[in-house]
Amino acid sequence: MLRDITIGQYYPADSKIHSLDPRVKLLATLVYIISLFMVDDVFSLLFISVALAAVIVTSKVPFTYIMRGLHSIIILLIFAAAFNIFLTPGIPIFTIWKLNVTKEGIKSAAVMMIRMIYLIAGTSLMTLTTTPNALTDGLEKSLSPLNKINVPVHEIAMMMSIALRFIPILIEETDKIMKAQMARGADFESGSIIKKAKNMVPLLVPLFVSAFRRANDLAMAMEARCYHGGEGRTKMKPLKYQKGDAVAYVLLAAYLAGVIIIKIVTNSIL
Amino acid sequence: MPIILDHVTYKYSTGTAYEKTALSDVCLTIPDGQFIGIIGHTGSGKSTLVQHLNGLLKATEGTIYYNGKDIYDKTFDMKDLRTQVGMVFQYPEHQLFETTVFEDVSFGPKNQGLPKKDVDLRAYEALSSVGIPQEVCDSSPFELSGGQKRRVAIAGVLAMKPAVLILDEPTAGLDPKGRDEILDLIQETHRRSGNTVILVSHSMEDVASYVDRIIVMDGGKVKYDDTPKEVFKSYKELEEIGLAAPQVTYLMKELKEAGWPVKSSVTTVSEARDEIIKALKK
Ligand SMILES: Nc1ncnc2c1ncn2[C@@H]1O[C@H](COP(=O)(O)OP(=O)(O)OP(=O)(O)O)[C@@H](O)[C@H]1O
Ligand SMILES: [Mg+2]
Repeated sequence: MLRDITIGQYYPADSKIHSLDPRVKLLATLVYIISLFMVDDVFSLLFISVALAAVIVTSKVPFTYIMRGLHSIIILLIFAAAFNIFLTPGIPIFTIWKLNVTKEGIKSAAVMMIRMIYLIAGTSLMTLTTTPNALTDGLEKSLSPLNKINVPVHEIAMMMSIALRFIPILIEETDKIMKAQMARGADFESGSIIKKAKNMVPLLVPLFVSAFRRANDLAMAMEARCYHGGEGRTKMKPLKYQKGDAVAYVLLAAYLAGVIIIKIVTNSIL
Repeated sequence: MPIILDHVTYKYSTGTAYEKTALSDVCLTIPDGQFIGIIGHTGSGKSTLVQHLNGLLKATEGTIYYNGKDIYDKTFDMKDLRTQVGMVFQYPEHQLFETTVFEDVSFGPKNQGLPKKDVDLRAYEALSSVGIPQEVCDSSPFELSGGQKRRVAIAGVLAMKPAVLILDEPTAGLDPKGRDEILDLIQETHRRSGNTVILVSHSMEDVASYVDRIIVMDGGKVKYDDTPKEVFKSYKELEEIGLAAPQVTYLMKELKEAGWPVKSSVTTVSEARDEIIKALKK
């Protein structure tokens, strides 16, 4: 049950997308998100769909994995779509019980749905094809100019990678403690809300205790191995651009140009 | 209350890239009142196997019968099963949560719905049987030493008086004296109440000297299932899967090869002593 959480989940596979430099993937995701919010016409969305599909196929990540992230926002999506359909002013097509369904409403709901779904698909694709470590490495490197204005980039990246690393550990720990308390007759499922909250105590106390213990142990272990922050620290596997990354940058530029051109053309026609 | 495992297979993370078969086609019968040892290399599926016995993990394929009833039946009372099949986990000290040691041990009996008087009595009995002095009972479980925490956690399960007691490596990380004390305690409870005990262990010595029957796990399958004597006869095969026979078995084998008139199928130190004295008298 707890294992359904997909934040930061990596899908191991041997693909061109997996082996890209994380900086490329970060920039590409950023460009992709911006492009999603730039466009709202059919042709541009079609172009983006083709690009997204091509990347998904190249990544060798099963489609069901990418869509798994949608489960959590499905209710939000439905609500947002409903509000868009009923509350956008414009030319009414038909009326359901005092609520006008407008042409503009349907259009904006559709665009919004597509944007959200594509947003989740695109960002999931990035985390599914990049290990958390590579991701934070990429972030650290991309943000390193901020060091000049005294932003502790290394420390932030380190905290992020530790936090990401600890998600599966804490999930596992929760699972373990839950089982142990269930074996002593604890009941986490039935009862009223207050009873349920009370029943969580045997789970939460040991979980917090162990999280603090782990954090403490980790800090000690890092100090024992002479960790002293980012200054003068070198990497075992420094990020280096490969040939494939250059190709990816070119494709990314082409994608951006494509989106802009289609946008200009459709704007001038309509 | 016999437990029957009927072709049980279990896979972790089914339907993901990390799918892993931890148990494959396990068939076992666990009759009442046996003292059973489960041994196997790290990752051979011992913990996974025992977690099926009280329904914490649900078999991917196959079923389990407790007392003749299918435990995966919709009408089956899982809570009842869990109060009858008690389980001490690997590193149980991580499950302590109450404000005092005494309260923590009372958690299980309370969940069984016993009246307050009985709960207190059971908690008191369990704590004294695992050798926790009375003055410690009112302190916080987080202030205890590792070994004391372990004892409190074991007491928490003993206080439920389960008909089947499962212990997953209860002695890992304890000193030799503490280890013997805990195992002796478990054996005594077993003798007194006739409950079924299932002991998962890495120590061949422990298993050989306490249990009536050994189940050897290897790669998620049951490799051997017999009395300690029979199982340790095949020490060569055991070595191949990362296990060994108890030290005395090797000693007796070497004595025999050196020409001494002793039996080599000895598994405990006291048996070995008797054999050697007998041989010396000849
Ligand atoms: N929560 C889990 N998720 C995925 N795989 C798991 C999980 N727990 C165990 N496994 C895998 O299942 C297999 C059996 O594990 P199990 O814990 O039953 O071994 P074990 O015999 O108890 O080992 P040990 O002696 O180290 O305690 C191992 O290969 C392990 O990697
Ligand atoms: Mg184990």
